Amino acid sequence: MKFPVSDFHTMDIEEADTTQILAHAAKQRDEKKFNEFLIIDADCHHYETDSLREIIEFIEDPVLKQKARLETTTGTGVITSLLPGRVGEQNLAGRITRYSLRKAEKTEVGNGRRPAQLTLRSMDAMGVDYGCLFPTPMLALGLHPEGDVEVQLSRAYNRWMTEKLLPQEPRIVAMPYLPFNDPEAAYRTVQEFGDKKGVVGFLVTSVRYKAVYDNAYMKTYALLEEMGKPLAFHAAYNWMDRMFSTTNRFIVAHAFGFTLFNAIPCANWVVNALPERFPKLKVIWIESGLAWIPWLMQRLDNSYKMRSSECPGLKKLPSDYMRDMFYTTQPMELPDDLSVLQTTFKMVRAETQLLWASDYPHWDMDLPSRIYDLPFLSEQAKRNILGENARRLFRLDVRDRFPDSASPRKTKSEERILERR
Amino acid sequence: MPEKEIWVAEASELNEGERKIVPFGDTEIGVYRRKGKLYAYQNLCAHQGGPACEGLLMPKVEEVIGADKTYQQMRFNYEEWHIVCPWHAWEYDLATGEFVVNRAIRLKKYEVVEKDGRIYVLAGD
Repeated sequence: MKFPVSDFHTMDIEEADTTQILAHAAKQRDEKKFNEFLIIDADCHHYETDSLREIIEFIEDPVLKQKARLETTTGTGVITSLLPGRVGEQNLAGRITRYSLRKAEKTEVGNGRRPAQLTLRSMDAMGVDYGCLFPTPMLALGLHPEGDVEVQLSRAYNRWMTEKLLPQEPRIVAMPYLPFNDPEAAYRTVQEFGDKKGVVGFLVTSVRYKAVYDNAYMKTYALLEEMGKPLAFHAAYNWMDRMFSTTNRFIVAHAFGFTLFNAIPCANWVVNALPERFPKLKVIWIESGLAWIPWLMQRLDNSYKMRSSECPGLKKLPSDYMRDMFYTTQPMELPDDLSVLQTTFKMVRAETQLLWASDYPHWDMDLPSRIYDLPFLSEQAKRNILGENARRLFRLDVRDRFPDSASPRKTKSEERILERR
Repeated sequence: MPEKEIWVAEASELNEGERKIVPFGDTEIGVYRRKGKLYAYQNLCAHQGGPACEGLLMPKVEEVIGADKTYQQMRFNYEEWHIVCPWHAWEYDLATGEFVVNRAIRLKKYEVVEKDGRIYVLAGD
């Protein structure tokens, strides 16, 4: 494949598949014996646009389906009805070559086989046993001005995922997309998909302008808590956000977007005392890295001590609530002074609350070595972060690969719900 | 440690701007020709162990600032080429193997020889 490398130079890069691209990851896997213990990737991705023709067949609105069919067949090549376009390129003008090489990678197609096969290739290369798979362009679907498009497309995606992809591959799990701009539709989504095979939680894409404390969401949180399904907020960026549009460099839009689109809902979650109302509801913050957590803990604690009258629902410090939440590790900031990271790990109770994530195939992905090579972690802490914490949180049955693992515990509520059905 | 000659390619097979990767033990070596010179580095990024030499070779990007300190544009500096690791785009100076953000970090460099129309890398056991 010919890549332009300047305004007039080009360079040939051999077409490669995921297994070749990650050959060095496989070496690490073998050297460090990653296949000997459980590794769960709490956040990896596919490009649902590769499967869009399959997904749109699950759309129920006939007018939207017609538009979608047109755009994915004889349209202009730009899919504008469904997915909000965004400026900001993550592949660094071709430097992250796997972005350009992806479309040429050969797999079977149809019925979710392509994303399943691509995902398994990267999982196998890294030594990952189970992966929680998320979409990519849909991370910005919360910005779509037509609220019904989010409802329709997310249900189509969720149905495609749970009926086509997940049943064929037990090593891949997922969190159905909650159309959070429509609280009633979000509630129905939990009702419909909560007991589907491979569903380990529910996803809110954080790039949107909705308040997590809105009363309209409380019954959804209650249902999630009753079902024992975690609620995950997955960050992204929006360079056109009024504040972020003041930067002229994507690095800033990305660094701030991926942090603040989670940090603000997290702060709202805490100061509105939602952990007090739903003490058993597990909340996960995905793809914001880790450096923001100590900052938010300190900032909120300091402010709360002066402004406690604004947060009458709290019974403890904001940081105490944050320490009970879960965080995926990627993109893990690795300062030159490792004591900074060690302090971060201590503040977030890493050994029980962190979930390793690769975010593969995105540009700032992390390998399992990112955790495994940390000198200040015990072997048990590494294994917790790399897999055991996610196994417990997702209630994953991993006995097919690790027969000595405990069987996942069902909550009494889950059992009651299943009996009613 | 005694070094041996690792055959890379016929000289005519490695043209200006091109790169060859040769296996060496349990690693690989990337060999480049740029502006008439040959360079060789271990195909192992210092960041997360990626295949640094399997990515693009790109000129350094600079910004042009006017005499009045105003930003003008960006440009490529064709005097400095960078090996760009395809995993995360860490950039290494082709001339020295140094990571351009922190020049204390570098790719392992090998000596390259061209003789009798053939290119070899000198590498120890």
